[in-house]
Amino acid sequence: MSPKRTVATWTMAVLTAATLASCADSERNDDNGGGGGDDGTFVFGAAGAPEMFDPFYATDGETFRVTRQMFEGLVGIKPGTAEVVPELATEWTPNDDGTEWTFKLRDDVTFHDGEPFNAEAVCYNFERMFDQNEAGQTAGEYWGYVMGAFSNDAANSLYQGCEATGDYEAKISISGPTSGFPTMLSLEALSMQSPKALEEGDANGIAAEGEGFSFPDYANNPVGTGPFTFGEYDEANGEISLERNDDYWGEKAKSSEIVFRVIPDESTRRQELEAGSINGYDLPNPVDWAGLEDDGNSVEVRDPFNILYLGLNPEANPQLKDLKVRQALYHALNREQLVQTQLPEGAAVATQFMPDTVSGYNTNLQPYSYDPDEAKKLLAEAGAEGMTLNFAYPTEVSRPYMPDPEKIYEALRTDLEAVGIKVNVKTASWNGGYLDNVTAGKYDAYILGWTGDYDSPFNFIGTFFGNLKENDFGTEVMPWGKQLADDLKTADAIVDDAERGAAFEKINQQIMEEYLPGLPISHSPPALVVGPGVEGVIPSPLTAEEFDTVSVGGE
Amino acid sequence: MIRFVVRRLLQMLLVVLVLSMLVFAWLRSLPGGPVSAMLGERQTPERRAALEAALGLDQPLPVQYGKFLQRAVQGDFGVSTKVLPGEDALDIFLQRLPATIELSFLAMVLAVALGIPLGYFAARRRGSPADAGAVIFSLVGVAVPVFFTAFLLKYFFAVEWNLLPVSGRQSTGMDATRVTGMFVLDGILTREWDASWDALKHLILPALALSTIPFAVIFRITRASVLDVLDEDYVRTAEAKGLTAKVIRGRHVLRNAMLPVVTTIGLQVGGLLSGAVLTETVFSYRGVGEALATAFREKDYPVLQVLIMAAAAIYVLVNLMVDIAYAIIDPRIRTR
Repeated sequence: MSPKRTVATWTMAVLTAATLASCADSERNDDNGGGGGDDGTFVFGAAGAPEMFDPFYATDGETFRVTRQMFEGLVGIKPGTAEVVPELATEWTPNDDGTEWTFKLRDDVTFHDGEPFNAEAVCYNFERMFDQNEAGQTAGEYWGYVMGAFSNDAANSLYQGCEATGDYEAKISISGPTSGFPTMLSLEALSMQSPKALEEGDANGIAAEGEGFSFPDYANNPVGTGPFTFGEYDEANGEISLERNDDYWGEKAKSSEIVFRVIPDESTRRQELEAGSINGYDLPNPVDWAGLEDDGNSVEVRDPFNILYLGLNPEANPQLKDLKVRQALYHALNREQLVQTQLPEGAAVATQFMPDTVSGYNTNLQPYSYDPDEAKKLLAEAGAEGMTLNFAYPTEVSRPYMPDPEKIYEALRTDLEAVGIKVNVKTASWNGGYLDNVTAGKYDAYILGWTGDYDSPFNFIGTFFGNLKENDFGTEVMPWGKQLADDLKTADAIVDDAERGAAFEKINQQIMEEYLPGLPISHSPPALVVGPGVEGVIPSPLTAEEFDTVSVGGE
Repeated sequence: MIRFVVRRLLQMLLVVLVLSMLVFAWLRSLPGGPVSAMLGERQTPERRAALEAALGLDQPLPVQYGKFLQRAVQGDFGVSTKVLPGEDALDIFLQRLPATIELSFLAMVLAVALGIPLGYFAARRRGSPADAGAVIFSLVGVAVPVFFTAFLLKYFFAVEWNLLPVSGRQSTGMDATRVTGMFVLDGILTREWDASWDALKHLILPALALSTIPFAVIFRITRASVLDVLDEDYVRTAEAKGLTAKVIRGRHVLRNAMLPVVTTIGLQVGGLLSGAVLTETVFSYRGVGEALATAFREKDYPVLQVLIMAAAAIYVLVNLMVDIAYAIIDPRIRTR
């Protein structure tokens, strides 16, 4: 290129840039918004992006973590526990048969858009959740899960209606008593949202489009009552910001802003924390805990509210129908060693299918002993020596109850092989067929688990064995399968707390001593980590931390 | 020339169409799927069936594909199930594209700016310790996996020395105005210089990591090509004619040696996307590659389909541009 042409080209380039620059204006606000004093920003590294911001349609933890800071339910959870406490309702009383619940409401609450919170708003919310179109019924997974049905199938719904019996008093009718009510109202999905905003944003206008759901405007403009209000979702940079609600009815949040930064890669989250650009993240790998503490961070360990179990399916392998075989498998497992070598500090050997914080937990049950000789003896008695077991584990996943499925599996497999069982190793990725195969009954044995949604025994063992036709343990083919499912439903409908607790304790004992449909392995504490200077994090067993108490000091 | 370009563009359409069919069938033949990803532990056969029916995944493959094609010709490629639920899959690609363009551009600038001069000088000093050193360096560039390079870069430059950010595209609280979606350019256009500088700092490490393989390849091709040309008769003739070294190198050696290099650069640009998947993932850099990785993990079919088809289209387009560039550099091709 000749020097002349070079000059011409450059002149053109500069002119073009200048033209472009003159038509793009900075949209910065100089007052640096936010309102109130600037008390620091708490930046949290999230493992994934939220689905959207209407908790009613949300299903995953990353979404709930964000909405939880903005929304509240009629009932809440005492921080650091799984215990139900008043939140937007101050008290609640059932009628005699436990089918009508009267909630007294706070009279000093307004939604972020200035709308009043009252009995009318409560009923509007319940009717909105109940009255979903076809797509909404599929997407509103939690409602379907706890209430059973929607308005088009009202007879099968636990929820039967809501009536404003006063300005600040609402009566909710349910089809029959259950241990889950009103505890289930603490679920993030059942939070109270502004009726006006729901209406204006066409909140129920969800539609199935192609292979996904398209969400209405409201899902990206959420309005609740909580200590933080929605700021913005910067998709290009993967950041969600929430602002402190200075009109909050309770104690105001300590930080003026929370930012959730989406950082899918775990080692990157750790490096970001070390570099000081985020203040914390969830589920640090247990092998990093000590190192993180050494670097001046604090690892906040939650009380375990989960269960890891070895699931068995007698439909897939008839030999498993024999109780002696199932007991033999259990005695073969050295769970004490597993807990000590493969699980983080604070993990415990399970004695039943629920952690000890759940009502209905039976304190008398002792763990099955590690006794390979007994296992061999039982297998011989059952004529199942050298039996073959298609035993599976998932890849590409880490859950709070199993940080590293493969290592846990290897330990269990070694124990089973030591008593002469021939293990066929089966594996699939979590989203790539594992869960499908488990529910379709394709594995004789598999590892899986559950984190409780709220403090209810039925949320654990009811989920596992309450549905006779469809459960992962194939209890339908067992002589006691129906009995167990029926007993669970009967116990769940008992109104009196103490009586109900006793009934579940008895069922837990039967499950472990007479039925043994699967082998409870362990409870494992998930942790979150925060950097130096961060105070006020209260780890929640439900992994449901509220960040209004968190402050970022040490500037 | 125009007929040539048109024919190639038509070929591209055909490639994308065939690919869409293959990808569609391939994704659905894999075990698992979006329903598992959405339900997790809560999955039961009943809920699974309900969700599949709602999303149309229970219908026969040809019917699903027919519907997909019908919508696709109207520009509707479906909505994301997990990457950004409810968002148009095509919009997700368009939103993510500027980030990847920005990153790939800088990576290619680095690879070319280092690879060609180094290759040229290594060839001129063939057999010297400097040449050997450069060859070994480039071998390391190819051999070391990108995620490891990335980890080391982050560890030293970001964590230990605190010079550059660990990940992301812009610092928290930057409050930058978005125009094109290429953050460095946006900052220049809006004269938000701090935002531009901040975005550039976020780009350096991922661009370095992404440039290692193209750099190594360009370096080696340049070196080999220059060595070939140096032995050509016309170079000897030029020397015999008494042309200055500057003219010989500029007009005869470098220009002739550039042909294979340009092809290589083109191929490397096309291949950048596969490198970008890894690089963007480890740097949590929200570009097309990161979206592709997330979509695959979460079985987000609509997003996967759009991204794979777009990647193929880009690859074909880049190759077309290489052929055009070829014609410009080599007059013999133009006249043919």
